[in-house]
Amino acid sequence: MATAVERFDEKARRAFERIGRTQVYVGELLRHPVYTRFLHWMVALFFFLALFSGFGVYLPWLFRWFTPLFGGGPLARELHPWFGLFFVFFFGLQMLNWVRPMSWTKGDTNWIRNIKRVVSGEETLESPDTGFFNAGQKAMFWEIVVGCIVYLITGIILWAGARTFGRWPVAISYILHDISAIIMLGGIFIHIYLSTIGEPGTFQAMTRGSVSEPWAWTFHPKWYKEVTGRDPREAYEEARRESQKN
Amino acid sequence: MSDRKTLQIKQISGHSGAAPGFDVQRDYEVCKLVDTTTCIGCKACEVACVEWNDMPFGATTFDNTYQTMPETRWNFWNLIKFNEHQNGDGTIQWLMRKDQCMHCADPGCLRACPADGAIVQYTNGIVDFQQENCIGCEFCVSGCPYNIPKFNPATKKVYKCTLCSDRVGQGLEPACIKACPTGCLKFGSKDDMKFIAEERSKQLRENFGFEKAGVYDPQSIGGTHVIYVLHDATDPERYGGLPKNPVIPWSYTVWKWLFKPVLGAFAMFGLLGVALHYVAVGPRRPQPEPPKKEGANGNRG
Repeated sequence: MATAVERFDEKARRAFERIGRTQVYVGELLRHPVYTRFLHWMVALFFFLALFSGFGVYLPWLFRWFTPLFGGGPLARELHPWFGLFFVFFFGLQMLNWVRPMSWTKGDTNWIRNIKRVVSGEETLESPDTGFFNAGQKAMFWEIVVGCIVYLITGIILWAGARTFGRWPVAISYILHDISAIIMLGGIFIHIYLSTIGEPGTFQAMTRGSVSEPWAWTFHPKWYKEVTGRDPREAYEEARRESQKN
Repeated sequence: MSDRKTLQIKQISGHSGAAPGFDVQRDYEVCKLVDTTTCIGCKACEVACVEWNDMPFGATTFDNTYQTMPETRWNFWNLIKFNEHQNGDGTIQWLMRKDQCMHCADPGCLRACPADGAIVQYTNGIVDFQQENCIGCEFCVSGCPYNIPKFNPATKKVYKCTLCSDRVGQGLEPACIKACPTGCLKFGSKDDMKFIAEERSKQLRENFGFEKAGVYDPQSIGGTHVIYVLHDATDPERYGGLPKNPVIPWSYTVWKWLFKPVLGAFAMFGLLGVALHYVAVGPRRPQPEPPKKEGANGNRG
């Protein structure tokens, strides 16, 4: 099973490398190949299409200005399930692509315990246990996995409606669908913040596909060690001495 | 406030005594009374409804009963439901019930509807769909205990009986009432209809041997603006699935009055949280950062 998934991912990555490319400059490391970036932005596109079309339906008295973007209320409601399906589809591919680096480890539990120091900015260097993804990223990933399952089940019930499924399944799905959306909306603020101004140097990982070496040893030291073979702490100390000399 | 009240004459100059008609109207809630015991199943109300509302008469479904079709349609709002009920002593009762929107005092459709202005309830009790604001989500279908709102796939909107709000607004009775030949349909104020219905039930109990005869005006949804006189009020289910205790799913109340505002605010805290974090703590940069400026206030300054 796992190998079939890996073979599929490998094939997809190779196919996408033929379409696009990732230029890694000196002092940089390859972070996300073309295939991953493509999936990420497709997920992002359909997430926001579904979010905005959904919000027009969810709270019209506050968000009715979203609906003209989709051609009015009825069309927003008509398109929303399709946006959602594409969102779940592309995220499903991303899940296959990422399921291995996203697996939870003991270091992640420690990371969550230590979250206060991370948020307060006291922890300038990540713990040496932090691999390709940190526990925060993994938590968000698995939240979206669960969210997608909830979306899909409740979404289909809401789509077909009470005519097909009866009154109560619809009435319950309504709430679950919204809770899922609200949690994901809260998460997306944190996600966008940390990937742009919150941790400078991160955004290019999803655009050009590469990151600087200091970024790698600061935020993902275990991954840095895996790809360069160098000790992240030593690399950092060396760079620090270098910068103080000047 | 209805026009009838605001334009009611209160005083008249040079007139002795009180103004005629002042303060005689007891309530403004309208009501349709359906006496199932005198319905003969002629379907004149079905035709009148289709005619007045200018709807094409679609294909009917024959399923070995007199019923025109299994349930109401988006363009067929008034349906006589025919049911054969076997009593305990082996006798058969042929039941006819006019099925249409009940115009609940606490309308589940309105509660479930997320679209601004798609469903309104008038002070006279009529619940009306405003199709220009309808987005076709069909949540009203799940809110309704009577399976009344029907979706039109062509227009992507939901339709149902209006209790002829256009006629009632002009002081006329609904079309179905006007067409009824037996007088089993009556229209008036809720108080009057309730009174007549109770009197008729009493008559059925005392003179006709229907010991369980009574009025169907379910209080679980605050009463309805269409009420029935039934031969057996203890078992309305036998009249083509009339629910004894109709309910609106509790989830709609929780969802509308609790989840929407609270969770909406909760999500916005995410935005506020990251903004405050950036201002108070600032970004985490790849290390090492450039050397800090001497003498300036650094961390926690």
